[in-house]
Amino acid sequence: MRRYSIFAVAREALRYHSGWEKAWASPEPKKRYDVIVVGAGGHGLATAYYLGKVHGIKNVAIIEKGWLGGGNTGRNTTIIRSNYLQDPSAAIYEKARALYEGLSQDLNYNVMFSPRGLLMLAQSEHEMRGYKRTVYANNLQNVETRWIEPKEVKKLVPILNIAGPRYPVLGALYQEKGGTARHDAVAWGYARACSDMGMDLLQNTEVTGVRTAEGKVVGVDTSRGAIDCGKLAIVVAGHSSVLAGMAGFRLPIESMALQAWVSEPIKPTIDVVVMANLVHGYMSQSDKGELVIGGGTDGFNNYSQRGSWHHVEETTRALIETFPVISRLKMLRQWGGIVDMTGDRSPILSKTPVEGIFVNCGWGTGGFKAIPGSGFAMAELVAKGYSPLAAEFGLHRFKEGQFIDESVAAGVAH
Amino acid sequence: MLTLTCPCCGVTVEETELAPGGEAHLKRFGPGASDADFETYMFARKNPKGVHFERWRHAYGCGKWFLAARCTVTWEVFGTYPAQTSEPPAELIAKIKEKRPGWEGWK
Repeated sequence: MRRYSIFAVAREALRYHSGWEKAWASPEPKKRYDVIVVGAGGHGLATAYYLGKVHGIKNVAIIEKGWLGGGNTGRNTTIIRSNYLQDPSAAIYEKARALYEGLSQDLNYNVMFSPRGLLMLAQSEHEMRGYKRTVYANNLQNVETRWIEPKEVKKLVPILNIAGPRYPVLGALYQEKGGTARHDAVAWGYARACSDMGMDLLQNTEVTGVRTAEGKVVGVDTSRGAIDCGKLAIVVAGHSSVLAGMAGFRLPIESMALQAWVSEPIKPTIDVVVMANLVHGYMSQSDKGELVIGGGTDGFNNYSQRGSWHHVEETTRALIETFPVISRLKMLRQWGGIVDMTGDRSPILSKTPVEGIFVNCGWGTGGFKAIPGSGFAMAELVAKGYSPLAAEFGLHRFKEGQFIDESVAAGVAH
Repeated sequence: MLTLTCPCCGVTVEETELAPGGEAHLKRFGPGASDADFETYMFARKNPKGVHFERWRHAYGCGKWFLAARCTVTWEVFGTYPAQTSEPPAELIAKIKEKRPGWEGWK
């Protein structure tokens, strides 16, 4: 793989850009791999990447039924933060945030990580108490956040209506190191690095069955034939229950639609990420100038990658109260993704009832921010059978009642 | 937008008038049950890609719970029926089988 650098740009400029290589190969599947990762989204690709980089396991295939990064990785609102309440969450999300800081250099691929700062607005007394509690928890967890008063909120986000009356801003939980990254680039960067390590990216290859023998995984059936494997990592977000069904077990997961939409592009108007969880809305401005807006999930099981229109209307209506300046903007595009929701709104990184099969799912509405940390922990789990970062996110927590409850403080926008 | 007919009051309404209540026909386990049964009842979900039996409440109408058979991919509604039953009506199952020959059944 030729490295991307300013010298490469200069060199190619002198020869009509004829020397750029393909970023990743599209090989034919081999007969057998040590590890098969199902799902070439951010989490699947990151899992494969750290398997190779940290654990030296490079005979790996990443199987994807569509195109890489075409699911939730390409559909989210690109927010990165780690201001969670519970210790296990803070550990894995903060690991992810820290890895994002050096990811462009690590992958030699510009993921456009932009730690522009992130505010979670408190718009009720209850939220104010909740976020202050989160700040105290974060301080104990070595996650840098602080509580800021309305005056400072207004200074950071001048377009914000802090007076109310319906949704007054009483302060905010501020994570200065939070921000955004370019979501496609994260998938592409990991894919390029995986391909460079000799891993096989098999796009347009659908897994149709999981083959087991004596309670142990031996391979998968795909639309391009059977492939054997030593271990299988299922990292497919919304379709986790479908894959688990093929392997013969059920997951505590329900798939639902989550939508996002963007406005027409405008001049720079907001340079931080703002989350208003009381009204189920969050907003940031992309480099193109579009206001990127997300809301809450629909309430019913759904695999259709489209959601209910009234959620778009409700979220936009509520955000207009908080940001009156956006009231005349036209909304440009709207889309949906299928998210995998758990009861406690925390992910599942776990062994399964079938030996050799591991699942990484349940990231629900907030997986993008976790991609590097999730991949790092999942790779360790697959390679060694144990990962300290993943230990408390196992399926055992549902049997034992050891939930990692992240739904109380903010049931939306994780 | 999803529209369902409430079998209790007979009104056909859109989703904004309804509250979703998750998977239907869960077999309940309580005190004295095994850990595995209790865990399955509490958390394990079919979450099918296809025909799904689910609970709904006519929240801004008659207020009653009812059940619906719906496709989670196409949003096609096969039928709705009152909640006072432990399994779907036979004629509804027959109707779904006719429409979806490959369907693996409701259990």
